[in-house]
Amino acid sequence: MPVNRTVYLDHSASTPTDPRVVAAMTPYFTEIYGNASSAHRFGRQAEAAIEAARETVARILNAKPSEIVFTSGGSESDNLALRGAAWWARQHNKRNHLITMPLEHSAVSKTMAQMTSVMGFEQTILPVDHTGLVDVEDLGEALRPDTALATIMYANNEIGTVEPLPVLAACAHNRGTLFHTDAVQAAGQLPLDVEALGVDLLSISAHKFYGPKGVGALYVRNGVELIPSQSGGSHEEGRRAGTSNTPFIVGLAKALEIAYAELDEHNAHYQAMRDRLIEGVLRRVPDSLLSGHPEQRLPAHASFVFAGVDSSLLVMHLDMKGVAASGGSACRTGNPEPSGVLLAMGYNEQEAIGGLRLTVGRQTTEADIEYAVDAVVGCVETVRKLRREMAS
Amino acid sequence: MSDNANTRVVVAMSGGVDSSVAAALLVEQGYDVVGMMMRLWSEETSGGGIANRCCTPDQMADARRIAGKLGIPFYVVDTKDVFRNTIVEFFIDQHRDGVTPNPCLECNRQIRFKFLLEHALALEADYLATGHYVRLGRDGAGRFVLRQAVDERKDQSYVLSVLGQTQLQHALFPVGDYTKPEIREIAAKFGLPTASKKDSQDLCFIGDNDYRRFLRDYAPDVMMPGPIVRANGEVLGEHTGLANYTIGQRKGLGVHTLEPLYVIAMNPYRNALIVGPRDELGQQTLTVARVNWVSGEVPVSPFRAGVKIRYKARPVSAWVEPLGESRISVTFDEPLRDITPGQGAVIYDGDVVLGGGIIEKPVR
Repeated sequence: MPVNRTVYLDHSASTPTDPRVVAAMTPYFTEIYGNASSAHRFGRQAEAAIEAARETVARILNAKPSEIVFTSGGSESDNLALRGAAWWARQHNKRNHLITMPLEHSAVSKTMAQMTSVMGFEQTILPVDHTGLVDVEDLGEALRPDTALATIMYANNEIGTVEPLPVLAACAHNRGTLFHTDAVQAAGQLPLDVEALGVDLLSISAHKFYGPKGVGALYVRNGVELIPSQSGGSHEEGRRAGTSNTPFIVGLAKALEIAYAELDEHNAHYQAMRDRLIEGVLRRVPDSLLSGHPEQRLPAHASFVFAGVDSSLLVMHLDMKGVAASGGSACRTGNPEPSGVLLAMGYNEQEAIGGLRLTVGRQTTEADIEYAVDAVVGCVETVRKLRREMAS
Repeated sequence: MSDNANTRVVVAMSGGVDSSVAAALLVEQGYDVVGMMMRLWSEETSGGGIANRCCTPDQMADARRIAGKLGIPFYVVDTKDVFRNTIVEFFIDQHRDGVTPNPCLECNRQIRFKFLLEHALALEADYLATGHYVRLGRDGAGRFVLRQAVDERKDQSYVLSVLGQTQLQHALFPVGDYTKPEIREIAAKFGLPTASKKDSQDLCFIGDNDYRRFLRDYAPDVMMPGPIVRANGEVLGEHTGLANYTIGQRKGLGVHTLEPLYVIAMNPYRNALIVGPRDELGQQTLTVARVNWVSGEVPVSPFRAGVKIRYKARPVSAWVEPLGESRISVTFDEPLRDITPGQGAVIYDGDVVLGGGIIEKPVR
């Protein structure tokens, strides 16, 4: 009875690296291996590749190359943005207040919590509505003269909701507050034009858009000062110490270039697959809900709530059917807690243990969706039956 | 494709050597193997970590690594609430009733071979395998027979005496045919860790293994002081709570008498600790309740058998007399010391487990 079919529906967790990206990276392991900081020709070759990558990323973000900092991924970008900007604002402007919202990825929420508990910053966490949206009026009320920074994610990893960044960023700017966004989930699906979005700092991670793991970037608007959170050499204009990872930076730029050159085509495919998935699940699974915003959501993202279904059990049963999905909170330790995201959105505890995320990708086919919907229908029923038997 | 490849086996993995080898042997035999671990209830520790010594984060990581090495899926199943509601509550209630429970017997009955078995079957598994040292066979009539392990010192048939045909038809015990040294060798051959975990009769949910401290914290009413009395009612002193004592205990009673006195019994209704001289300690007959017959057939007349009254004891010759469907009396050839209500009494015919139940009380 071993699984003979696998369907990967966890593209929000990671994507396969595009073979074109792998091909672009390969020479930088074995041929152009110099240290980009070195003065000799080997170093210059690497440096040229990195600067070309920086130009590519800047072009897609409608930014200047000097505004792009390469990092080891989304978490590092978030840490550098939040710590760096907040420290600078405190040191130079005596600003000590930070604003965030309750659905942030832990790379943001735990950094904010640490800056509050260990470093003495004050934090306001804005409410969200039942679909996960932040209200600009709440942001306006929370802003203070000493607010250093507001951080609101672009699109949510768990429920797919897309926040109205332009109005939120404009609101922060009106009060002289910097605005950061974690765009890790958005990159590869939504426009990243930093002028249109109005953000000062924006984090992305390559492996979410068919690039390699372990590399990311942070956009830092010209004039925004950061105190580096990792000290050392003067790489990345002194904003991020550590030898530049040439092949991965090349890979990030190539992946981003491909993703935005082919954006419309991929998004149309994602959306068709996603809608088919949502329709099938909601129609065939009793007591199922779509979580997050019904329209303002990532094109590749479907998320559901099955009340009373322990999502870690559901993910296990789906895995045994070959379907790769994600629970509300990635829990592998048998200690399921209700999803903090769903609780913050007003779901009750019974609902908040039953979150399931299915995210489609470039290779997802209609047959995959049919198979996955059948599997979800069967597995939800199995887990519910098990629960009924255990209760009796 | 062999039949084994179409047979799914869930292995209860602990990260220890025995269940790891069980999984490895099944993989080698070509089964479709799935590793599973139960996340059991444990006391909250100050660091917010988990104190249950059977499923610490380290052991989970070990089991996950071993599963990865064997190329099998691995999942942890939340078992906290059901474990708390059945095993931990049972443990406290039994102490409240003045008996010394054996939570492992109860866990095998209600958790491992019920909760986990149900989860395995729901995952379309045909079998649940564990790393217990016990052997499974069939008799002439095709019924499943539970036998002591090849390695007598490691034999765990005592704690599995709660199983019947319903469970055994879905059970596999791959390590019972080997000795512990052989298991270590096999582990080394597969490149698995060879260190042993503590034996399973430990109270896994009590972080420091100090059940007296646990009862003080979780059931202070169980630990009320009361009188120490002789069988004739003479009061000799005060005890600190019945759960602080065990049957047969001599030291630490704090009473001063000419002849040495032992704990003979406990009377939870009067919260009295009953003590007496050595010759009152040995008893020849005891009654056993909640008896499970492995074959499913209830014997009707008295028969000779070997009976084990604690995990680490040897079977002792006795007459077993059925008293209805699930109750028996056991009469040993010689008086036996330290008969402890709440522990299991397991009945053997040679190395075959006929059944077992929970000791009610010695009959005086």
